[in-house]
Parts: sequence; structure tokens; C-alpha cells
Amino acid sequence: MITIVPVYPSLLSIYADRGNVRVLVQRAAWRGIAVRVEPLGLGETLDPARADLILIGGGQDRDQLLVADALRTQTSQLRAAVDDGASILAVCGGFQLLGHRYRGHHGDEMLGTGLVDLETIAGDTRLIGNVLVDCGEGRTMVGFENHAGRTFLGSDTRPLGSVVAGAGNNGADGLEGCRAPGIIGTYVHGPLLPKNPWIADELLARAVARRGGGALAPLDDALELQAAAGAARIARAERR
Amino acid sequence: MPLFAAKAAAARTLGSLSRRSGRGGGTTLPGRALLRLAPDAIERMAARLPDGVALVSATNGKTTTAALAAALIQPDLAVCRNAAGANLTSGVASALVSRPAAARLGLFEVDEFALPEVAARIGPRAVLLGNLFRDQLDRYGELELIARRWREMVDRLPVTTTLVLCADDPLVAALGEGRENVVYVGLDDPSVALAGLPHAADSITCRRCGAALVYDAVYLGHLGAWRCGDCGTGRPPLTVAATEIRPRGLAGSSLRLDGRPATLALPGIYNAYNAAGAYALAVALGVAPETAADRIGGFRAPFGRFERIAAGDREAVLLLIKNPAGANEALRTLAPQITGGVVLLVLNDRIADGRDVSWIWDVDFEDVLPAARHVVCSGTRAADIALRCRYADVEPARLEVVVDPAAAFDRALALAEAGGTAYVLPTYTAMLELQRTATARGLVRPYWEERAP
Repeated sequence: MITIVPVYPSLLSIYADRGNVRVLVQRAAWRGIAVRVEPLGLGETLDPARADLILIGGGQDRDQLLVADALRTQTSQLRAAVDDGASILAVCGGFQLLGHRYRGHHGDEMLGTGLVDLETIAGDTRLIGNVLVDCGEGRTMVGFENHAGRTFLGSDTRPLGSVVAGAGNNGADGLEGCRAPGIIGTYVHGPLLPKNPWIADELLARAVARRGGGALAPLDDALELQAAAGAARIARAERR
Repeated sequence: MPLFAAKAAAARTLGSLSRRSGRGGGTTLPGRALLRLAPDAIERMAARLPDGVALVSATNGKTTTAALAAALIQPDLAVCRNAAGANLTSGVASALVSRPAAARLGLFEVDEFALPEVAARIGPRAVLLGNLFRDQLDRYGELELIARRWREMVDRLPVTTTLVLCADDPLVAALGEGRENVVYVGLDDPSVALAGLPHAADSITCRRCGAALVYDAVYLGHLGAWRCGDCGTGRPPLTVAATEIRPRGLAGSSLRLDGRPATLALPGIYNAYNAAGAYALAVALGVAPETAADRIGGFRAPFGRFERIAAGDREAVLLLIKNPAGANEALRTLAPQITGGVVLLVLNDRIADGRDVSWIWDVDFEDVLPAARHVVCSGTRAADIALRCRYADVEPARLEVVVDPAAAFDRALALAEAGGTAYVLPTYTAMLELQRTATARGLVRPYWEERAP
């Protein structure tokens, strides 16, 4: 039995983040892996021993302070879960909250969890459009981005990939997302997992291994790959 | 000829030339030309309408609501309207420059983002604000930004302006705070309430204190009888309530507005909202309440929002989908028909549809589509919508991708078999393509189509 924990889903699901949950649940079910979804509500405490897959999505701007305050109280639980073999997938606002802080236009600061060495600075424009990212080892990632924050990785933080089309973390350094042991952060929604099933399976495999299971059985991903190829074409065509 | 009149005449000529040459663009071109020649054209022309101007905006239903309100008012008062879809500043200017000579009242549907500018220029006599749903975030930024712009707009409206607000939407209801002349419209009928808030729900925290909102009844998305569990803020008392709503499937519904019986030929709870809003606006503009309620029965759906197209011995039913809340309502309306039926989903990602198609993952396809006999997926994002269906438990054998919408339309009709119906759910530009296909095929429409005014 693996446990998926969407964090504050009532506030953090603006870009159809529940699609990521759906994909994980289905890809587990199709393989006969028992799975349960246990959302973490505001004010609740994460159980690091129970949570295998922790999903932190994006929210409306006005809710972000509320979310940041709540999430910071869970930093040690999140850290303990990851150290114990759990994974975190953080998208958009969730990605920013992995970092140390979000610096606003007027020197105001919103503190993040600091789980990953990165920080975000408010930009003057929103970076919006289709994205194509090269993640190395022949893997690509497609989706859509829509963010005002510019995120910069610390010198030892690895990106998730390099931008082929789109803006990525900040529109300047060509990097997209972040990767740390047990943690994936990205601006790419769409949602992320349907068209990037290899990321879903990487997360599932780690969760299954944590619960003593073996390798994942392959699935027929023809439709996933067809949709991903279409999205990649569109991203290349509208290269901004 | 005075200079302004000459400029207006030139803009009108441009519009009719564009229409006659078959190039289209006649709905916004004259307005764009006129605004370039005379930037204050809207103010000047609106001021000439003796009974003023009313504006209608919302995420979902503004075209239907404006058309319905016009149908309720038109017999009493000649109305100048903009064409469906031509709802930016230029579309309003085009409508004003080509207004019928007898027009006394302007009634315009306005895009959510263009509304503050149009309102500031016109100083409307009445503004009807319906719902605010998440819609095309890539184009418009987030819901919050629109709500903030609407707040600033309302603060600058003349005190005499009547606001007709959807009280069931917490973001919209809040716009009435501190104002006089507010008409609050909403539903009051537990028999049509949902079991709870759907996944796609927006605005579920209190505007004042941030606590979670509690719903005594949810009617559609986040619309309903809401209150804050903490600070006591809640839905304002309804000025116009829709009650005793009795849905009659695709045939529409009967309901009471303000206690007066009305029949509505448009299906779905969302159209009960549209009818209540249109009724309240018409009454606020002087139509007698009994008359307004009576006239609702004679109204049919605006072109493209809901259509039945006869195709030989079978039929296509088209329902526009453009965001999660609207799509969930379309599915809810069609659920009995979709069971065992043929469905065609056409997902485009052009600018008018929204470039970001992630919204399809917030639609509750799971609840309805697995029961369909066959699902055909089409459009510029055909594979995306097919993938969504796969994860909604539509069996692969019942699912197929036909990228070209015209071919997909034919395929869905073929699957529908003699005497059967294909249920077609297209996004906005896909709807336009399908209409062209139907026209090119010479298919007749048994129900009347509304012409752009």
C-alpha cells in the first residue's frame, strides 16, 4: 500500500494539479498496486512514516502567504519523510516554496521551507506559454508554464532539465525546475504527469521500493507519448 | 457634416465593405477604425442613447444572459447590442457606430478584462455581474486579478448605477459592499443542490477573514448559499430569487423568479442563473416583472451555445465547453443521454480557447464518460483530451482519436447509427469550425439560430 498526500488541495490546485494525483492513482491501479490518497489539510501534521508521495501544487497569489505560513510548520516532517525514502513533487507555487524565500517588488519577503537551495524573485511580467525541456538521458518534459516569479538555483542545486522552448525558471539561465534526492520541483504544469509518464513512474517506483515492492511493470503509453509529441511540436512552433 | 459624424460614417462604411467582401471582421473593424480616428467615440455615442447603457459580464453565460435580457426588454424599448464574441472595447464601439436609428438603450456583453475600461468610458446605467470562474488563466492572469479590477471599477461607478450581482458567487457578492442600488440575484431551491463542492470549485475561502466558507447549498461550481464559518459574513439576502426549479432535461426547465412562474427553453442549472440575472436586469431597467417572467418562455439559445443539428436520419446536439465549471454543467445536463451514447469532444488550444489546456483535468469526466458507448476525440489537442478520457476510465476500445474536426463530426454521426444522436462538446473555436462544417454539409437546423444583431 502506498500513500499519496496532496498538500492543501483546496488551496493548491489552480492548474489542475489534481490531474497529477489521478495519473499516479491510475498508473498504480493498472499495475495492481494498492494506493490511497490522504490529503493534508491546513493545520494538520504530516506523518513522515506514512506519506510516500507528497504533492505540492500551485495556488492563487492571494492564498500564497497563508500556504507558506502553514507549509513552514511542516518543514521538519517533510525533511524526515524525504530522508526516510518518500518523494516530493512540487509544481509552480509549490516549487517556489521549496526554496528559502520569495522576494517581492518592495523588498518584502515570504519565507519558504528551504528544503532546496533556491530562491525566487518577483518579476514584472508573467512567463506564460508551452514549454519543452530536455532532461538528459533522452528524456524530455512538456507542459505549460504561467508564473511571475523568477527562480534561481543555488550553485550546488541541480536543475530538472534545460529549456528547449519556453522560459523555464527565470527566462534567463535556460534552466528548468530542480532536482534533489527525493525531490522534484518544476514550473511545468499541464498538469505535469499525464504527458510525462516517466516522471510519474520514477515517483511511483521510489514509493513502491520504500514499501518493499519490486520493479514497475511497463504500461502501454502510446497515447501519452502521442500527446507529449503534439505538445512538444506546439512548444517549438511558438518558441518565444 | 461635423467632423465626428464623418468619422463615424467612414467607420460604418468600412464595416459594411468588410462584410460584403466576405472577409469577416465586420463585427469589430468599424469600432477599431473609429477608435483610431476618434478615441472618445464610445463616450460620445453612448451619451446619445436616451435610455443609457447596461453592461453584462461574467465568466460563463454572458452571451446568453445578454441575449435573454435583450429579448425581455426589446418589445418595450429598441435595444442596441453587440455581436456575440465581439465583446472587447472595439466590439462595443462597432455596435454603437452601427446602432439602429431607433435604439434607445445600449445592452452590451463585455469581456471580463475589458469591462473596467468600457464601464469607465460609458458610465453605465446598470451593470450585471454574473459568476467568476477560473477560465483561460494563460490569457487573463488569475481570478483574483479580475476580481480586483472589478472592485476598482465598481468603486468608480456613478452612485446612480444599478448593480445586479450574482449573490451566490462570494467574489461577486462582495462587490455590492458599500453601495446603494444593488440587486442580489441567486438560487433558492435545495432540490437542485449538489451533494457538495466539486473539485473545480474556486473562491472557497472567506474574502474577509480567510476562513473556509460553509455552503448550505451548492448549485454550480462554487455558486450557492454560502457563509463564513468564522466571521459571520454570508450570502446577502436575495432581491431576486429563483425558486421551484424543475429541470426537464434538454427541453429546459420551469422555475419561479421572484415568485412569478416562468418556463425556460434552455437546459441546465447554469441557464437558471442566466435567466434570473436577465430577469433582474430587465426589471431594473423598467420592464414590468410579470411581463419579464412571461417573455422568458419565448427565448431560445444564442447561436452556438446549445444547438441541435439534424443530419439525415440522425442528430447532433452541440454544447459549448470552455472551462471546468461550464463543462461539468454540460456533462451534468447530458448525463442521461450520454449513457450508452456517442460523444464527440473537440479540444482546441487557439487563443480564444485558451492556450493552456490543463483545465480538462479539473472536469469530472469520470462521473459520466465511462458510461458512453463511444467517445471520439478531436481538435488541435485531440491527444490531450483522449489521454484525459483514458485516465477517466474510458475503455481504450471505446475511445478513438480523429484529429480533423470535420472528419470527427462525420465519424461521430456514423457511430450514432440511424435515429441516434451524437453529443458534441467543442471548445469555442472548435464550435465555430463545426458550424462551418455543418453549413458546408447543408445540414438544416430545426431550431432557430440567433443572428448577430
